[in-house]
Amino acid sequence: MQWETVIGLEVHVQLATRSKIFSGASTAFGAEPNTQACAVDLGLPGVLPVLNEAAVAMAVKFGLAIHAEIPEVSVFDRKNYFYPDLPKGYQTSQMYQPIVGAGVVEITLEDGTTKPIRVHHAHLEEDAGKSLHEDYHGMTGVDLNRAGTPLLEIVSEPDMRSAKEAAAYLKAIHSIVTYLGISDGNMAEGSMRCDVNVSVRPKGQKAFGTRAEIKNVNSFRFVERAIAYEVERQIELLEDDGVVIQETRLFDPDRDETRSMRTKEEANDYRYFPCPDLLPVVLDQAYIDHLRDNLPELPADKRARFESELGLSAYDASVLSATREMADYFEEVKDVCGDAKQAANWVQGELAGALNREGLAIVDSPVSARQLGELIARVIDDTINGKAAKQVFQALWNGQGAKADDIIDAQGLKQVTDTGAIEAMIDQVIADSPAQVAQYRDAEPEKRGKMIGYFVGQVMKASRGTANPQQVNQLLKQKLDAFC
Amino acid sequence: MHDKTLAELARSLDAGEFSSHELTQHLLGRIDRLDGELNSFITVTFDQALATADAADKTRAAGKAGPLTGLPLALKDIFCTRDVRTTAGSRMLDNFVSPYDATVVEKLATAGTVSLGKTNMDEFAMGSSNENSHYGPVKNPWDLAAVPGGSSGGSAAAVAAGLVPAAIGTDTGGSIRQPAAFCGITGLKPTYGRVSRYGMIAYASSLDQAGPMARTAEDCALLLSAMAGHDLRDSTCVARGVPDYTEELDTPLAGLKIGLPREYFGDGLDPQVETAVRDAIKVFESLGASVREVSLPHTHYAIPAYYVIAPAEASSNLSRFDGVRFGHRCDAPVDLIDLYKRSRAEGFGDEVKRRILIGTHTLSEGFFDAYYKKAQQVRRLIRQDFLDAFEEVDVLMGPASPTPAFDLGANKDPVSMYLQDIYTIAVNLAGIPGMSVPAGFAGRRPVGLQILGSHFTEARLLNVAHQFQQATDWHRQRPAFAEENA
Repeated sequence: MQWETVIGLEVHVQLATRSKIFSGASTAFGAEPNTQACAVDLGLPGVLPVLNEAAVAMAVKFGLAIHAEIPEVSVFDRKNYFYPDLPKGYQTSQMYQPIVGAGVVEITLEDGTTKPIRVHHAHLEEDAGKSLHEDYHGMTGVDLNRAGTPLLEIVSEPDMRSAKEAAAYLKAIHSIVTYLGISDGNMAEGSMRCDVNVSVRPKGQKAFGTRAEIKNVNSFRFVERAIAYEVERQIELLEDDGVVIQETRLFDPDRDETRSMRTKEEANDYRYFPCPDLLPVVLDQAYIDHLRDNLPELPADKRARFESELGLSAYDASVLSATREMADYFEEVKDVCGDAKQAANWVQGELAGALNREGLAIVDSPVSARQLGELIARVIDDTINGKAAKQVFQALWNGQGAKADDIIDAQGLKQVTDTGAIEAMIDQVIADSPAQVAQYRDAEPEKRGKMIGYFVGQVMKASRGTANPQQVNQLLKQKLDAFC
Repeated sequence: MHDKTLAELARSLDAGEFSSHELTQHLLGRIDRLDGELNSFITVTFDQALATADAADKTRAAGKAGPLTGLPLALKDIFCTRDVRTTAGSRMLDNFVSPYDATVVEKLATAGTVSLGKTNMDEFAMGSSNENSHYGPVKNPWDLAAVPGGSSGGSAAAVAAGLVPAAIGTDTGGSIRQPAAFCGITGLKPTYGRVSRYGMIAYASSLDQAGPMARTAEDCALLLSAMAGHDLRDSTCVARGVPDYTEELDTPLAGLKIGLPREYFGDGLDPQVETAVRDAIKVFESLGASVREVSLPHTHYAIPAYYVIAPAEASSNLSRFDGVRFGHRCDAPVDLIDLYKRSRAEGFGDEVKRRILIGTHTLSEGFFDAYYKKAQQVRRLIRQDFLDAFEEVDVLMGPASPTPAFDLGANKDPVSMYLQDIYTIAVNLAGIPGMSVPAGFAGRRPVGLQILGSHFTEARLLNVAHQFQQATDWHRQRPAFAEENA
């Protein structure tokens, strides 16, 4: 039987506010346990939450970026359950009236085609603390630094049909939130995590199969692997006449499998009700308009502009607009050198290769966008040739100079375009290579093209790579053909 | 000294008749001698009180005294106080010392008041008799066989017994007004949002409100002026200027329109209470007010609606008491569930457990719409009843409680206890302000007149109560308990 996979994602994005969603404590990552939890975060008797306006603005920006409706009124609810890392015994969330309504995220697949994925809604909530099960000798440690960090939970419709689509959706969300600057998107630090709802159904069947929810998957790669495993598990079950039960599962990246956490019967009754300590959030149109007017250019718009205005290929446009850092870097290189295609080639070629080798992110590149732009400008104006340019790039990378021009001067890489000088070098090479000249002369005319490479190499060597290769080619051909 | 009102004490301090230190010393002595019998305090802060009084005397000597500088009072043990334990009347918090002060505590300290300690209360403010306290029941100074009312029973009894001229209480369904009535003192529950709830241990967040309890309306005005006001730490606290509530006290009542809700004079109202209340209303007529009957048609839904909403909020508010971070923790838990179960089973009393169970049930899947949502709809109707009535009249008057203080142990059945709050509970659901003012006696036990106004009309209520107290002397009566032992 042919099976179809159906996937929906709940993505939790930590918002990049400086303080927590309901308290003034810092949200910075990595502090000593329990040093960034104030009375409100600890849920001490008598404390009350006060909503952080910055978190509201960020949520609304996300809503506007995915063309969602922004309801005038949204309400915080309490989700009640007991857990040691949940200090109040409830999580303040939005169950019935979320801050962001239905919207759409466009994903780009590997073949360059796009597909719209509907977002059901997105709501604000507070993160819980962390339970630390290691290093406490059979006990559990609780770190409440994370408690109260603002989260935007983005709930998709079950519109994805493959692990690749799910990963592309997650990347699209990542790209939107980082473009908007509402999250650092750092998945390793837990700034983005997702719950994956997966089911399978016979191809052509309309009704959804029973789904399993895989909790807390925290990398693009794990999302693909968790789905791949889960789909296989469900299909095997069904093909062996078994049934999929609705349950919550955990992905274990070490074993590359998902494991049952709890079934629907064991699920909590969260007893949601409106939080009486917080007023409904009422947004007026002027506030929303102001945020809309100040939205940055978003990835989809940027990609379209890179294609239409800069003439980049769909692939290049998509790669270069994937993250705000990448796009900003590329655009600065392009502005400095004045040539979008050259800039695109360098950023995706030499630079990307070097970054990959060293495992660096583009923001950590030792070569700044300005430096790279100035280097490319010297290729464009024929000051140096391509080979020398790579040498200059390496020198910039190694910190051997602040500007491309300095390195070109210091290493004498300036391209020799003086015809007389090049002719002198050619004459010397010809004089030193009588045997090769004889071979060239005796060869069939159509084979001579290949044989010229030897001479070019010798001349470039003599010039230490600085001779203009086109001129060398052209002059060599004239001189050698004179022997024939 | 202990018979004087806050306003009188302030004048005496100004005149140098005695110092705040002497006053505080005197009252601490009375607490020491009398409170063993009364049990109105959970914690008395002897040393701290004297140190604060000394500081107040210095402020006064420097000519910087405000209207409340050096005046003693007590705080219901539901307000978090730094360095002094805050129990909320519960075993759960027997060991709890808050690292911060409640906003109300902070404001009263800034105003220069001297706290003598923390008063007894029904556990987590759940009760109408103060019999639900882990620290034992409080007795009514007017009749030691009677309850002082609840949940702010300790605050009311301490003021009535002359242990302290004023105390701060909280009112979720009548917890300031009913004990004020039972103990023959003046109590004000302000409009919801008038006083910050930050640092006040939550029972039912959408209903809880702090307010003053004292001998006179004038004293309540002095205290409210210091307690009220916007607080950035409480989103439900309204950003609205705070008037000097003493300014309008002397406005004559000629032309005042009083409404008597028909539903507040029906079955179950003690005849002696009714007589006292009707006599009080005649006093207002003699002061130039007009009286008419009005109707609050949804009154009989108030108790059921309250006992859905308040326990629902309480069940969630009290989840933080889990034995993990603070408060009572059971001995040697075998695992997490055991820790939760035993800590909570041991830490909470029966009434608290009952309300947590009710609230957990009404919020459960399948019951939420039938209970919680319906109760919220009823709540809107009740609020509308009041708004409609205030289209016709300036204030509403009636009894604060259907009976005078009942005997300790008389109300064993929780529902009959809940019915005690029939005249007070709707006020919290509507969010409006209400007062109880001494208006006579039923035998030895005081009767309270309840005065209600529209949202944010505290100044008017205090004016009405003050004018009544200019024409009567019920508020000047003192129980024999206070005199005999003086």
